[in-house]
Amino acid sequence: MSSLTGMRPGAAGTADVTACRADFPALAQDINGYPLVYLDSAASSQVPMAVIDEIARYQSHDHANVHRGVHTLSHRATEVYENARTALQRFINASRREEIVFTRGTTESINLVAQSFCRPKLRQGDRILITHLEHHSNIVPWQMVCEQTGAELVVAPIDDRGDVSPDSVVALMDERVRLLAVAHVSNALGTVLPVRELAAAAHARDITVLVDGAQAVPHMPVDVQALGADFYAFSGHKMFGPTGTGVLYGREELLDAMPPYQGGGDMILEVRFDGTTYNELPYKFEAGTPNISGAAGLAAAVAYLEAIGMNLIAEHERQLLDYLTNKLAEVEGIRLLGMAPVKASVQSFLLDDIHPHDLGTILDHQGVAIRTGHHCAMPVMDRFGIPGTARASLGLYNNRADVDALTAALEKAREIFG
Amino acid sequence: MNEVDAAQREVIEEFAFFDNWMDRYQYLIDLGRRLPEFPEADRTDENRIRGCQSQVWFVAERSGERIRFRAISDAAIVSGLIAVLLRIYSDKKPAEILATPPEFIQALQLEQHLSPTRSNGLASMLKAIRRMAAEAEGSA
Repeated sequence: MSSLTGMRPGAAGTADVTACRADFPALAQDINGYPLVYLDSAASSQVPMAVIDEIARYQSHDHANVHRGVHTLSHRATEVYENARTALQRFINASRREEIVFTRGTTESINLVAQSFCRPKLRQGDRILITHLEHHSNIVPWQMVCEQTGAELVVAPIDDRGDVSPDSVVALMDERVRLLAVAHVSNALGTVLPVRELAAAAHARDITVLVDGAQAVPHMPVDVQALGADFYAFSGHKMFGPTGTGVLYGREELLDAMPPYQGGGDMILEVRFDGTTYNELPYKFEAGTPNISGAAGLAAAVAYLEAIGMNLIAEHERQLLDYLTNKLAEVEGIRLLGMAPVKASVQSFLLDDIHPHDLGTILDHQGVAIRTGHHCAMPVMDRFGIPGTARASLGLYNNRADVDALTAALEKAREIFG
Repeated sequence: MNEVDAAQREVIEEFAFFDNWMDRYQYLIDLGRRLPEFPEADRTDENRIRGCQSQVWFVAERSGERIRFRAISDAAIVSGLIAVLLRIYSDKKPAEILATPPEFIQALQLEQHLSPTRSNGLASMLKAIRRMAAEAEGSA
């Protein structure tokens, strides 16, 4: 699949990404008497000292409100906040910094597009096209706007491996489809979707494309222009930044034409009782005092990732995911879910007939943190006829010893439930 | 000491016998497996307890001056917890259920040793038992 941006081999190839593990203080602790093995980065990643330090530095020296004060601290805070925007622009290769809207996370980014881009445009009978493997955040906002406008949600299938064939999505792109909303990487199955190919097909039919990049950005280089995404949404807390931060990238031309999403301070130029003039991009979408310290932390996370190199991270995780999948496959009684040919960072599984929650409890006792349940992707679970899975997910700090600890803990679980 | 408290003491003593978490869990799981059959017809939305991440069904029946509980979960550890709850609370007088603080939770280290969602499930089940007992007491 040539359409994937994330799977190029690392530049240096030999550098040891896992040396970075020491940068994450939370990883150096014991849980229930065992060293912590953190395999839940797809839910939320741990935070490196560089990010913690930057937030502390900002709060200790530079904090004031942005964009308003004439005083020095307000200038510094504004600089921190706007520099973060520039850092994010560079990180995903947006063509202009105004195309970066700060949000609370992927969920808010997608809701913003649903309510501000789709709601005024959609008519009865129009369609929004998604796939069967989407996270609830890339389903429910569309269901809500469909209910508001009389539009319909159309779902492209996945196959038994959890893969999405471009043909099956393109086949559903008829003249009624206004928006294609797809994950870049599936949070439940790890499938990497052929986003570039899908976006090209959509654009040929005048369909706007939103990509949910929450599970892609921490794991591979992302170039929104090369992908052909009109909108690209992601979260800070899955890319080693703070919670409550996120980004909506939108092409300037689209964002410019959209009405504001929320009203308040900072999003206006002039307020009179007979009418208000909205501020320009991106401020018209950032009502109220923003999460300034969060933006500072997010920019530090970007700097941290860039210093290691996204190509190197992608290659490290590709090798480790192979190792994880192969080691899991050797565990007796295992059933692997999500075996798409191109994947990133995630392996879902079931063990014998052990309930995933039972498994998660027993693993936690051995210091191994995994996610269990439906992963906010209930349609995926229905597709495979299961209530949920156990999911191990990788971050740049994981290594083979983590995988070995997981499989050892699984063997112990088999004994207990045996 | 009332009957509920006596049953609670018995369970606490039994679990004190295990000195590591693995054995304690194994015992819980065994208890869960030995729960009586729970009919498919009773697995209704009405009988489902919310607040548990796994599925739990709970039924209360009056039996003279006593209240009897039947329950099941699709998860093994939760079924084990149900078995413990039934031993302590089933076939007891509602007033005694309401009057007895659930000391076994701490004594069995259930709070520390169960995941947050799981102990919420335990809390939900206890709440349901107390609500059913209060209703039975009210209608007596």
